[in-house]
Amino acid sequence: MRKAIEEIRKRWMQLTLAIIVLLPLSIAASLIFKAWPMLHWDVLPNVLLGSEWLPGQGKFGLWPFIYSSLLTAVIGMVVMVPLSLASAIYITQFAPKWLENFLRTVIDILAGIPSVIFGLWGVLFIVPQVVDWARSWGSENVSGYSILAGAIVMAFSVLPFILNMLIELFRSVAIELKEAALSLGTTYWQAIKDVVIRQIKPGITAAFSLGVSKAFGETIAVLMVVGNVVQIPGGLFDAGYPLPALLANNYGEMMSIPMYDSALMLSALLLLIIVVIFNSLAHRLIRHYQTKV
Amino acid sequence: MKKKYLEEKIAKGILGALTAIIVLALFSLLGTIVWKGAPSISWEILSQVPKGGYYFGKEGGILNAIVGSAYLAIGAAILAVLISLPVALYMHTHLPCHPRFLEKIRLMLDVLWGVPPIVYGAFGFNLMLLVGWQSSLLAAIITVALLISPIMIRALDESLKHVNVGLTEAALSLGYFRGEIGYKFLLRQTMPGVATAFLLALGKGIGDTASVLFTAGYTDYIPESLAEPAATLPLAVFFQLSSPIPEVKGRAYAAALVLTVIILVISISSRLISRHLSKNRIQ
Repeated sequence: MRKAIEEIRKRWMQLTLAIIVLLPLSIAASLIFKAWPMLHWDVLPNVLLGSEWLPGQGKFGLWPFIYSSLLTAVIGMVVMVPLSLASAIYITQFAPKWLENFLRTVIDILAGIPSVIFGLWGVLFIVPQVVDWARSWGSENVSGYSILAGAIVMAFSVLPFILNMLIELFRSVAIELKEAALSLGTTYWQAIKDVVIRQIKPGITAAFSLGVSKAFGETIAVLMVVGNVVQIPGGLFDAGYPLPALLANNYGEMMSIPMYDSALMLSALLLLIIVVIFNSLAHRLIRHYQTKV
Repeated sequence: MKKKYLEEKIAKGILGALTAIIVLALFSLLGTIVWKGAPSISWEILSQVPKGGYYFGKEGGILNAIVGSAYLAIGAAILAVLISLPVALYMHTHLPCHPRFLEKIRLMLDVLWGVPPIVYGAFGFNLMLLVGWQSSLLAAIITVALLISPIMIRALDESLKHVNVGLTEAALSLGYFRGEIGYKFLLRQTMPGVATAFLLALGKGIGDTASVLFTAGYTDYIPESLAEPAATLPLAVFFQLSSPIPEVKGRAYAAALVLTVIILVISISSRLISRHLSKNRIQ
């Protein structure tokens, strides 16, 4: 009897494990299957690099979307990297205990805030700010709904996730290393800069490459502030139209136009590929680092 | 003052200032949501479903979205527990003898964690078409459960790592089966981990927009079965915000405030629970 129950338990565990292991494969398979008509050597370069998006006429150039995604992610990282690195160092190395607890609570709360709330904050707070900057910069697009607004909102919504990883990393550095440096007469800052950071450099890179993959996937928050105009954005104050926004906005109508769904599924597939690349990069860095220590 | 101390002072100042930006961002976010949402909150909005002319600023409330979100998040979190708990226990009872396979699974979980919700949404939609369903509460529950399972497994995995190996060894030597060890001993030891993982998943499930955009549909009614479409709070914020009518916009702000409060309550209670449940633990 015990044996029979154990057998059932084991089968159920194996079944659920199979679901989880097969999930990424089936996601990839379903996207590839749907995007198949576009995955042809004659068609693919035109789709990826074409800049005309007229689904009604059968023109599916994804380049404006890819470019917007890249630009937003790059600017988002430029905002996020210094912020997260600085606060990870500050929280783990300089802040007194009470301040550290307070800051960790702030990060925990920030980590739980849903994407759509970040988007709303973007619309109500960041966009008006960007309008001011655009005015003083003398930009043509003064609506504020722009790549820059999207990048800022993206940076803050991805930030808590990266920050938690960085804090773990800084915690993992052996205290003896820092003590040795301090006993040689360095200041705290010199010890951090030349010993601690050097020690965990690969880990930091790994955390940021996971950040890049999160940044590419951020959908709703960016969609709400980025303007959603199909064009190749010429500057930070121009509106853009990243890949996830394309997917989210056009799902309803794609059934009626031929090839439309393949084009959209291709954009989902691109996102998946980007995520997998950056994730395995991060893993490789971490493994390399672990074998070295 | 020596140069190196000056450098340290400056560095510390810059680091502190950048950290302060994050704190300010959180306060400005919460402040904006409360300041915009509070004037629109009323008993009427919380307790009524949309009525005739709702989208032109007439009567009604967001009860459909509140209830829809609750159904969706609870259903998805329960389904995710049914998937995640066995996987996490299996990883710690049967798989420790296969570290390579274990490492592959963890890599896969990390990749799944990174997959954008919108891609899950597209996958859920494809799945729905494949089976021939309409957008419904059940389709959304399954999509969100798949989205939050990897997060939950990783959280459970981390908390199971802290369980003493001696416990498993002692139980094995007494003749317990591996599955029994998992469900009888490891599960009890990691109860706080299960509770916090459940709440983490609940929070993610209630807040996610992109994955349910195509699978939940949207309706003005409270769903009465799993096959009916459902509204959710994030979708209510998202759709109503684009309206030019101030009353409807106000309801988007109100929905955002309700959503934020729910998220805050969940994250605070998860802290309290993990503190209170840690007493059964063998160190």
